Amino acid sequence: MIEVQNLYKSFGDKSVLRGTNLTIDKGESLAIIGQSGCGKSVLLKHFIGLLQPDSGDVIIEGENIWNLSQAQLYKIRQKFGIVFQSAALFDSMMVAENISLGLREHSSMSGGEIDKRVKECLAMVNLSGIENLKPAELSGGMKKRVGLARAIAMKPDYVLYDEPTTGLDPISADAINDLIIRLNEQLDVTTVVVTHDMVSVYKVSDRIVMLHDGEIIFSGTPAETRETDNGIVRQFIEGRAEGPITTTSTLTS
Amino acid sequence: MNLPVAPPTISQTLAKVGRTALDFFAEAGAATMLLFRILVGIKGLWKDRKLFFEQALRLGFNSLPLVLLVGTFVGAVTAWQGNYQLKGYVPLQYLGSSTLKAIVIELGPVLTGLIIAGRVSASIAAELGTMKVTEQIDALESLGISPIRYLAVPRFYANLLMLPVLVTLADFIAMMGASFVATVLLGMTSAMFWNQIPVFFDVYDVIAGLAKAFVFGAVTALMGCHVGFSTRGGAEGVGLATIRAFVWSCILILMSDYILAMFLF
Ligand SMILES: Nc1ncnc2c1ncn2[C@@H]1O[C@H](COP(=O)(O)OP(=O)(O)OP(=O)(O)O)[C@@H](O)[C@H]1O
Ligand SMILES: [Mg+2]
Repeated sequence: MIEVQNLYKSFGDKSVLRGTNLTIDKGESLAIIGQSGCGKSVLLKHFIGLLQPDSGDVIIEGENIWNLSQAQLYKIRQKFGIVFQSAALFDSMMVAENISLGLREHSSMSGGEIDKRVKECLAMVNLSGIENLKPAELSGGMKKRVGLARAIAMKPDYVLYDEPTTGLDPISADAINDLIIRLNEQLDVTTVVVTHDMVSVYKVSDRIVMLHDGEIIFSGTPAETRETDNGIVRQFIEGRAEGPITTTSTLTS
Repeated sequence: MNLPVAPPTISQTLAKVGRTALDFFAEAGAATMLLFRILVGIKGLWKDRKLFFEQALRLGFNSLPLVLLVGTFVGAVTAWQGNYQLKGYVPLQYLGSSTLKAIVIELGPVLTGLIIAGRVSASIAAELGTMKVTEQIDALESLGISPIRYLAVPRFYANLLMLPVLVTLADFIAMMGASFVATVLLGMTSAMFWNQIPVFFDVYDVIAGLAKAFVFGAVTALMGCHVGFSTRGGAEGVGLATIRAFVWSCILILMSDYILAMFLF
């Protein structure tokens, strides 16, 4: 379970999170939506302590992560896989090394077992056979999928996806959606997806929350979301340029 | 139209000086903290020896051609200048040992250090800075891998170890350059150049020179890592980081050279 309590975070004099509260249950598949620049990636980075909040708590399975030693925090992070918005592949390493780094560092698997796991992960993202390429040789969408393969290599309990389908063609995007669902349902992985892609949101999530002006302003099932009369959510899911977001938002002003 | 700009008031100037000073101390504190964590990190070095050797090769061995080239010319010019300075006052057979002292104590370590500041410190800053701004550092953290352990520690100790080696080789080839100038251009015999050297040779000079090399190895790697890890703002930030790492490495080399000289001699 991930609990975020009353989180505040500013960069310089720009406040991004302003009392964000969110609880994510084990096994849940949660989508976080919100306007570009509203702080979704920032929020995601707080879950595993990549950013330190100005105030507020992040509690993972009952442990406040900022009360832990570095070794304990690193241990907790191994339960997480994170797909970065920018893929963030290690460009000095080949694809196979990118995917296997966590295993080589933390597991007692043999070289052969690791190679096998790398192959499995690449097959899951439909990229078999590219083990020996460097990230610079991949397209943007391929990088995204290698990033996903790296995130799931250590069989994490939680996978955080930061816009996993942006930049992919519709077919690859749908394959990723299927993969997200499969990991969530078959392996009981707790899933958090940050995305603008409403097709993906409706398909993969069983709960949708919206981040707006640094707070979670809405939470509901996909069905509830479709029917909500919350004007801000409506404007976002219908993709209208005119509406309450564009007139009240203080972040974009 | 140019609006007249009011000169800054005293309090504005003081505030600016104060802010700059605060920034400086914050930076110095962060760099010291990093040094401390790297020093503690030595206990994992054996496990990560593969990374260490990679860096020793990349940072040290690949610097060799440049270091040797500079070494040769420094030796040659030291002998030539030495001849000019001694001529008429001191017999020329002392040229060999005076050249050796100048090279071993000062020129070898400092010039090699400055080369490494340009080559290694800047390249570490650019590499780690790029990793920082492209979220690769975050990705390492997310895999439960400490960037200090994985990136800074191998680079730091590789550089620390390679610098004395490079300096020794630079000293050696500099003496070759010097003896070339002495014998071919200044008309000395090889025996004249080398024979006095054992008489004035002092192991302490060599140890002092290598001590300097160690310190310069530490500051250049530390500055590269510190500046790299604190890089912000895309390609522009990475460009600034390389300059900052180079400038700070040079400043620290020259300052620590002076301080070490006070202690050692
Ligand atoms: N390291 C940082 N330093 C300074 N400002 C930052 C930093 N990271 C994020 N921000 C700011 O925080 C705000 C939120 O950024 P974030 O990346 O979380 O947006 P987002 O909701 O993920 O947007 P998008 O959908 O476009 O990815 C932005 O205005 C950004 O400028
Ligand atoms: Mg984002």
